[in-house]
Amino acid sequence: MPNKWVINLKSVWWRIAILVMLLILPSVLPRFYVYILALIFVTALLAMSLNLVLGHGGLYQFHHAVFYGVGAYTVALMLTKTSLPMWIGFIAGPIVAAIFGLLIGWLCVRLTRLYFGMLQIALGSLVWAIVFRWYAFTGGDDGIHGIPMPSIISSLNGSYYFVLIITVICLIAMYLIFKSPFGGTLQAIRDNPERCKAVGVNVRRHQLIGLVIATFFGGVAGVLFVVLERSVFPDLLFWMLSLEILIMCLLGGWFTFMGPVLGAAIMVALRTFVGIYTEYWTLILGVMLMLLIFFLPQGVMGYFQEKFKPGVKARVEETQA
Amino acid sequence: MDFLPDIGLATLGSQFLVGLSRSMILFIVAAGLSLILGVLRIPNVAHGSLYMIGAFTAFTVAKFFGGGSTGFWLALILAPLGVALVSLIVERGLFCHLYEREHLMLLLFTFALMLVFADLVKLAWGAEFRSVSAPDIFMGSFQVFGLPIPRYNIFLLIIGPLIAIGLWLLMSKTKIGKISRAAAVDREMVGAVGVNVSWVFAVAFLIGCYLAGLGGVLVAPTVNIALGMDHTMIIEAFLIVIIGGLGNMWGALCGALIFGITHSFGVLLWPQFAIVFPYAAVVIVLLLRPTGLLKSVW
Repeated sequence: MPNKWVINLKSVWWRIAILVMLLILPSVLPRFYVYILALIFVTALLAMSLNLVLGHGGLYQFHHAVFYGVGAYTVALMLTKTSLPMWIGFIAGPIVAAIFGLLIGWLCVRLTRLYFGMLQIALGSLVWAIVFRWYAFTGGDDGIHGIPMPSIISSLNGSYYFVLIITVICLIAMYLIFKSPFGGTLQAIRDNPERCKAVGVNVRRHQLIGLVIATFFGGVAGVLFVVLERSVFPDLLFWMLSLEILIMCLLGGWFTFMGPVLGAAIMVALRTFVGIYTEYWTLILGVMLMLLIFFLPQGVMGYFQEKFKPGVKARVEETQA
Repeated sequence: MDFLPDIGLATLGSQFLVGLSRSMILFIVAAGLSLILGVLRIPNVAHGSLYMIGAFTAFTVAKFFGGGSTGFWLALILAPLGVALVSLIVERGLFCHLYEREHLMLLLFTFALMLVFADLVKLAWGAEFRSVSAPDIFMGSFQVFGLPIPRYNIFLLIIGPLIAIGLWLLMSKTKIGKISRAAAVDREMVGAVGVNVSWVFAVAFLIGCYLAGLGGVLVAPTVNIALGMDHTMIIEAFLIVIIGGLGNMWGALCGALIFGITHSFGVLLWPQFAIVFPYAAVVIVLLLRPTGLLKSVW
């Protein structure tokens, strides 16, 4: 499909404009906002990696946070417990996350839908429970704090740029995967697994590969979290976080490519800025979610796409369970 | 058992009974969740919140009636009814408009409810620890085969099977139970023969949530009632329902027994990793029987 690869000049220009703006922002914004922006990038990358298999692959990836946490813990442990060069830890994080993805995914893809999700929750909770209690190795419920960072990314602005650059690279990579024949097959499997099987697609293998890719990017997000926060704790692997990122995908629009970024931005901003005024921010979030489910079932981004590009119809109703 | 020299048969037995009584609470909550999953097909994440509300309401009711025995018994009656009332409002006001949506959306909706409930509980009761004392006749412990078993645990061991039998009678012998089982299998057909399916769903939801509230009241004298107890309970209840077989009440009982007993033996064998044991058991069961031990209604 050559026309898929034709680059729309107009859309590239405004993307570059946003990127340039993000590059300039740290020099004009207060530190707190720079930190919040970086946190949004990390969370957005995490939500995007989940959506690769959730929205585009139709897998009930219910415990994606485990891979995020595994990536974060891997880099944290490598930097604190070994004397290997720091960059090796940064590379090891996503790879170990992908290995976990391969193991857990291999066990899960034999099942479908809710059973897939439930087995993943069980396996993920097992990983969480071990991390939560293994004081000698992972620090247990205290986690690990004060992780040393290479000097170039130890300042806030340094870590901001590092997070921004890696996030952009990963988003581009994910977009290419999304638009590749492999991504197309994954979306076809989401829409009709039986028919894909009938035309000779190896459904399980595609799902497993998709899952490994998604967990790899989830691991990257985990590493970026450590770069930003310099600490890890077991809540990174808790199922509450998994549900939260699931919500970001649905909030932004899980059938759109950039939707999860919007969802992550809304969630992080809401938590930060509503959290300043009231401790009951989850109440507001809950009410917002309810309104959203009632009135915008295809998500914020999906709503705008439907409104302004009538050709793109949201596919919420087609994927009945 | 040479690697466990210090564990006598008596400790083993008493730990087994403690695990068994904890299983009963897990069973009561999970049975409600399973009923809702089976009949309404809603993965109700807010179930743990209703359990928490049950526990907090029990505290308030018990305190209002001056603590002690009367307080507990009235809480046992009133608090689950209060939870059921909340659930009825939620079901009639919100859920009944959403049954046609897909599962993931319903899951998210119940998650939103969980967030709202968590903050409402924080608003109403604050973030401190609360406790409810068991009635006087459950104070102290019995001697069973020469080892002390807290009387309250014996009470739980009696009430758990009673609930199981009651639920079984309700689902297999009464008209509403039969209709709701039929609606779980084919809701269009049940609607076609002239049953108001919407109200069947409401009743099933009500009973399920009543059980969550009851679990909350029953657990109240044994733990510190605090925010966050919804998170731990809901994940355990979900796993129990899954390993038992979705919508299968006896499956929930099996799952709860596996979960509770592996946890109590975990405490005995390797206290540091006690919480790992039940999760490992769940994984093993799911790897061997992905759709649960007993037949699921899905």
